[in-house]
Amino acid sequence: MWMGLSYVCWGISVVLAAWMLYDWFKVDTTYSEAVLTSSREGELEAVSEKHRI
Amino acid sequence: MTAAVETGQTVIHGDRVSLLRVLGPAHVWALGVGIVLVGEFTGWNFSADKGGALAALIVCWIVGLLYTSVAMIDSEVTSTVAAAGGQYAQAKHIVGPLMAFNVALFLVFAYTMLEVSDAILLGDTIVAKAGVEGLTHNSFIAATIVVLAWLNYRGVLMTLNVNFVITAIAYVSIVILFFSVSPWTQGAVLKLNELVTPGNALPYGWIGVIAAFQFGIWYYLGIEGTTQAAEEVRSPARSLPYGTMAGMITLLIAAAMTWYVCASLMPWEYLGITYYPLWDAGKLTGSPLLENLLFIATLLAALASANGCINDAARAWFSLGRDRYLPSWFSAVHPKYRTPYRSILFLLPIALAFAFIADLNQAITFSILSGVLQYTFMSINIMMFRRKWPLGTIRRGYTHPFHPLPAIVLFCLCMVTFFAIFLGFGSQLIAMTVFYFLISLWFHFYRYKFVRRGDQFSMPWPKPQGY
Repeated sequence: MWMGLSYVCWGISVVLAAWMLYDWFKVDTTYSEAVLTSSREGELEAVSEKHRI
Repeated sequence: MTAAVETGQTVIHGDRVSLLRVLGPAHVWALGVGIVLVGEFTGWNFSADKGGALAALIVCWIVGLLYTSVAMIDSEVTSTVAAAGGQYAQAKHIVGPLMAFNVALFLVFAYTMLEVSDAILLGDTIVAKAGVEGLTHNSFIAATIVVLAWLNYRGVLMTLNVNFVITAIAYVSIVILFFSVSPWTQGAVLKLNELVTPGNALPYGWIGVIAAFQFGIWYYLGIEGTTQAAEEVRSPARSLPYGTMAGMITLLIAAAMTWYVCASLMPWEYLGITYYPLWDAGKLTGSPLLENLLFIATLLAALASANGCINDAARAWFSLGRDRYLPSWFSAVHPKYRTPYRSILFLLPIALAFAFIADLNQAITFSILSGVLQYTFMSINIMMFRRKWPLGTIRRGYTHPFHPLPAIVLFCLCMVTFFAIFLGFGSQLIAMTVFYFLISLWFHFYRYKFVRRGDQFSMPWPKPQGY
């Protein structure tokens, strides 16, 4: 049973790793680099909360 | 803002893709306690090998003081600097870019090495349970790291919901074990008075207590990881202090219960060398139910810790990319899942490589060293924060009491811990110090010219006092 579980673990690892690589490729070819790297630190904070004491 | 841009099934609101603000205090608790709780299942007990069972209890409380200081200081600063990267963002705003770069590396190494240690522990625990010849831990290590990376890739809400459930189960298992051994009656199951006597309580004297600090850190290592969620919690000023302090209280209770049960069931000579103190405690009760419960809880605690570590290491790496301290390629956010997917994927093979080739002790030491370096920074950071922006000059979600006492206590205890690490792993301590020195030179003389200096300071604060 344990050896079988070990093979299942290898299988799951390969499938999920392949899925992530596929999704990575799909996202990087669908969206521009400017959109993907557009996050800015503190931006939401500045918009949603007024800085008052 | 501009109109929504629709591509396939993904809708991007405005022209920016940011991390999602979906987390609450329970997720913050799950992140912090999830990372740490594995330390009760293995790690803390090596302090008994260094100084005996009583030394393990003494460091439980003294290191608890260190981490309470960490939690209080962290809660104040991060409720004000609410950005992914946690202590990195704090260092950037309060100390300066070179300190921030180093702190981010401390974070990435501390969490990645802890993730590696968790995966090795999980693999070894399954192999020990199976007892099958030819079965190795590699497949379990690979599955742990890849499945958790996938979970993190798919979204922070599900990641921390899962962490909440598995952390709660692991925690409840400690409580069940504690009440199952009649803790109010010595002699029935527990034999503390026979196992810890005046003759063997401190077998190496007080120097043993100092040496025990190195592994006493494991009772609480990683609670400061809650700050990495700062950009993804709905209300940072409320959720972060609440989740962090609740987590610290939870861990103090778990640490005390764990020591009491384990020290009452195992002699210190064995307690100090076993890799599974709580699982062994479950076995020693003679109850198959408790034995299996603690076996499963050990696995769940390792999973929760690795899960939180992937979350935190990726956010620190992502923040470095966003400020161009590293190539901005790493700062990409997945337009559908809103996670730092490139950072998660980049750190995945690194964790796998270390998990396959590194020794558990080396990985743990690397993680502890990076953690203590970070705590030392925090004690200096809070002093500078209070001096540059005194109370009343900016809004704080939480103000920690007794300043500067927690900072002084934290700094002194960090120095003691460095000395303890030097006693056990002096060469690694020196090697890491040299590494951080060389990487700082690279950053200062080469990388910093790529940084957009004005853009990196994002907090809408007034000028600091004295500037």
